[in-house]
Amino acid sequence: MELKFASIAEIARAVKDKKISAKEITTYFLNRIESLDSKLNSFTALNQKAIKQAEDLDVRIAHGEAVGVLAGVPFGIKEMLCTKGIQTTAGSKMLSNFVPPYDSTVVSRLKASDSIILGKLNQDEFAMGSSNETSFHGSVKNPWNLDFVPGGSSGGSAAAQAARLVAGSIGTDTGGSIRQPSSFCGIVGVKPTYGRVSRYGVVAFASSLDQAGPMVSSVEDAALTLEVICGHDEMDSTTSQRPVPQWSKNISTNMNGIKVGLIKEYMRGGLDADVQRTFDESIEALKKMGAQIIELSISMTDFSVPVYYLVSGCEASSNLARYDGVRYGYRSDFKNLSSISLDEFYGKTRGEGFGSEVKRRIMLGTYCLSSGYYDAYYLKACQVRRLLTNQYLEGFQKCDVILSPVTTSPAFKIGERINDPLEMYLNDIFTTSTNLAGLPGMSIPFGISKQGLPIGMQITAKHYDEQRMLNVAAALESVSPVKGLKPYVI
Amino acid sequence: MSFRGYEPVIGIEIHVQLDTESKIFCSDSTEFNAGDNENVSPVSAGMPGTLPVVNKKAIEFAIKTGLALGCNIRRKSVFARKNYFYPDLPKGYQISQYDQPICEGGSVTFKVENVDKTVSISRAHLEEDAGKSNHSGECTLINLNRAGIPLLEIVTGPDLRSAVEAAEYGRTIRQIVRYLDVCDGNLEEGSMRCDCNVSVRKIGAEKLGTKVEIKNVNSFRFVEKAIEYEIERQIEVIERGDRIIQETRLWDPDKNKTFSMRTKEDAQEYRYFPDPDLLPLIVSDEMIELYRKQLPELPIARAKRFQAVHNLPESDALVLTSEKSMADYYEETSAISKNYKASSNWVMTELMRELNLEKKLISESPISPKQLGRLILLIDSGSISGKIAKVVFQEMWLTGKDPEFVIKEKGLVQITDHGAIEKIVDEILSANQQNVEDHRSGKKKNLMGFFVGAVLKASKGQANPEIVNKILQEKLR
Repeated sequence: MELKFASIAEIARAVKDKKISAKEITTYFLNRIESLDSKLNSFTALNQKAIKQAEDLDVRIAHGEAVGVLAGVPFGIKEMLCTKGIQTTAGSKMLSNFVPPYDSTVVSRLKASDSIILGKLNQDEFAMGSSNETSFHGSVKNPWNLDFVPGGSSGGSAAAQAARLVAGSIGTDTGGSIRQPSSFCGIVGVKPTYGRVSRYGVVAFASSLDQAGPMVSSVEDAALTLEVICGHDEMDSTTSQRPVPQWSKNISTNMNGIKVGLIKEYMRGGLDADVQRTFDESIEALKKMGAQIIELSISMTDFSVPVYYLVSGCEASSNLARYDGVRYGYRSDFKNLSSISLDEFYGKTRGEGFGSEVKRRIMLGTYCLSSGYYDAYYLKACQVRRLLTNQYLEGFQKCDVILSPVTTSPAFKIGERINDPLEMYLNDIFTTSTNLAGLPGMSIPFGISKQGLPIGMQITAKHYDEQRMLNVAAALESVSPVKGLKPYVI
Repeated sequence: MSFRGYEPVIGIEIHVQLDTESKIFCSDSTEFNAGDNENVSPVSAGMPGTLPVVNKKAIEFAIKTGLALGCNIRRKSVFARKNYFYPDLPKGYQISQYDQPICEGGSVTFKVENVDKTVSISRAHLEEDAGKSNHSGECTLINLNRAGIPLLEIVTGPDLRSAVEAAEYGRTIRQIVRYLDVCDGNLEEGSMRCDCNVSVRKIGAEKLGTKVEIKNVNSFRFVEKAIEYEIERQIEVIERGDRIIQETRLWDPDKNKTFSMRTKEDAQEYRYFPDPDLLPLIVSDEMIELYRKQLPELPIARAKRFQAVHNLPESDALVLTSEKSMADYYEETSAISKNYKASSNWVMTELMRELNLEKKLISESPISPKQLGRLILLIDSGSISGKIAKVVFQEMWLTGKDPEFVIKEKGLVQITDHGAIEKIVDEILSANQQNVEDHRSGKKKNLMGFFVGAVLKASKGQANPEIVNKILQEKLR
């Protein structure tokens, strides 16, 4: 087993069978981080207790105790997810000193299945961004070409996973933040159905859209990780009571009779040539494997970007109100508190603590929720969102999954779009509708650009039908023309 | 009521703190006496990523209160975020209910100066309380123990017409929530807080005057005083030719005045929107029916029953039903004694006097209602006189012993034996020969009372007064 490329299942099995100790694995990956991450800037903090936790696990295994399904598997966690005793900054100066006294449910479930948390991964500030350039910790580099962005907002997770600094990583996805960087970095990223994964302890960006999910190296790894982190949580009322299937055991690459939908509105041209070619090849591959291709119209997707920016902005403006410098987090350096007004206290603290992209969204959301604008913006956006969801539900009566590109182009250069927010927002043109409708969606690597940058395809399924989505992804994975390609840093 | 040709129009919002063990959106304790910030988990502190999960008990209490107030219970109500910045508001928004509150459209009837008054309840909605800011010297200290305590905000229509009505309305709500056992009604601890909306208009005018809100009044006496003051102030302003400014005012109980807190110009923009962290609250018909069945008989209905079925005077019925615990005590007592009026008298006079003297709650009474009922039975059966009963009652109060035991122990059984009483009478008569002669000759009138008293005294009050009378009358003829 070459540790660098070992699957999650392989690592866990080797640890349980005492072929290798958890400590050796942890040390190996920590060394990789040490030697490679100065190029990538994907890690923002390391778990100082990782080695100790691995040793404890080894002792339990030596005693013949039963251990979890992710025994000894090293994971990296996006800064969005609270980790007890390890800094959780959400990529923001505002939380630069915040160490949570609690674990997010996702992290406590990973720990309960005996994975080893190596540290925290860089991201766009409060997950607002598509290039990982808005982070307080600086931008992350794409392991396939250091001049390029890794995507965002889960850029650190994607880069660390692609460079195999971890065996698995966790990201969050509000409008594409798992799928887009997964596509840009050539890894497998899954945004589960809304309600599958507890949001407890995940720093809230837009509560009705946020979902955490795996960013890993294979469909099987994704399925295994999902089985651990999904499921009802009494700390999150929006989690589903549905049982969590054993996706990994039921993966089938048999595409006979599978109906794959293509959204007409996504095929009006304008795709980068490499992306178009990859998309065409993926359609051909599925056809060849027996799938039936169906074209359908989901006309409301035309509005998904504006609707997404309204809904997410409104929710964010409220979700980020708690960062006020009163109880925790950044507080402006006031010489004398008694001489300043409350407005000054908030204004200065928040003015200094938040970056410009975050401020832009807070202002947008605050405006759209204000009386006199609420009906025209927030309420209208919610209505369009409902129509969009209905169209998807109708669409899924005709097909099992929907295939599309993740983005219109592969990764772009660092600095290329950061000064043009609208251009940046259009990155999300194929990904936001999935979140708005609450559907599961994922990115699977299937192509490479002439510049040598990975290209992923997006598969979307109906609510709670992760199995069929994973099956189609596994089928594409099995015939992927880019299988075995490794990024530059490796 | 006349206010120099003006009519006051008043609406009241009462924040009722629901007496749940844990907070409305997390499991933190609601214990009032906890140390500063002791009842504060990451959820209460509004830490990143924490989420609200609604407390079922708070919903039950809200529905029960709504039913008691004759409200419609919404099958689907929605929690919304009310966004504003304040240091003691941890999340930067308060979770409340906005356009879809759990209770709507009820009414409550009560007596004001012996006349029935009905006030409409426009809505009652659930929300969480904020924390508490303590401003001391240069700094402000924040205690978040109260943040997340469940509140039910009960809102009336603009139906009240005087300060007395407003205060009486408040007392009625307090009585009802205490009957329902959903709130302890402890105003000093902030379990109920009133906001009063007051405006005045010329009698006969249709249009409402500009209203002023007096916030956070914490006693019904202050509600009355603050509104009285505010009515006079507003009339004065109008009479002077000025206009009323829409504003929020506070009551200063030391100066007996209201003063301006903020004007409408700096009114807040709350940007309400449905809280995406909480699903709409769906309440089933079965749940509502279950809670309806669990409702106790409410004070007004109970008082009416005491009048109609127990034949008690209205004044007794109202006093006995003022607190559920007292009405329960009375009913248990009378169920044993079968003597409603006597039970009422004993509870309202003897028992209440002792309770008040020792500042005890009726639940802490050393005499159980069953014991008191049996004491009354002993009087009615002639075993003891009413006078002796008071002695027995005192002993019961001190020791908690049964009346039968006290009577036996102290030898207080009434003497009804004709021969025994005759013996005492003879002794008294022979010891007072002169008086006997004076009585018989008619030299002195009204000596009968003297003889009866002397016999009773000699029997330590145990001789049956009727028999004493009879024997004396025979012997002195």
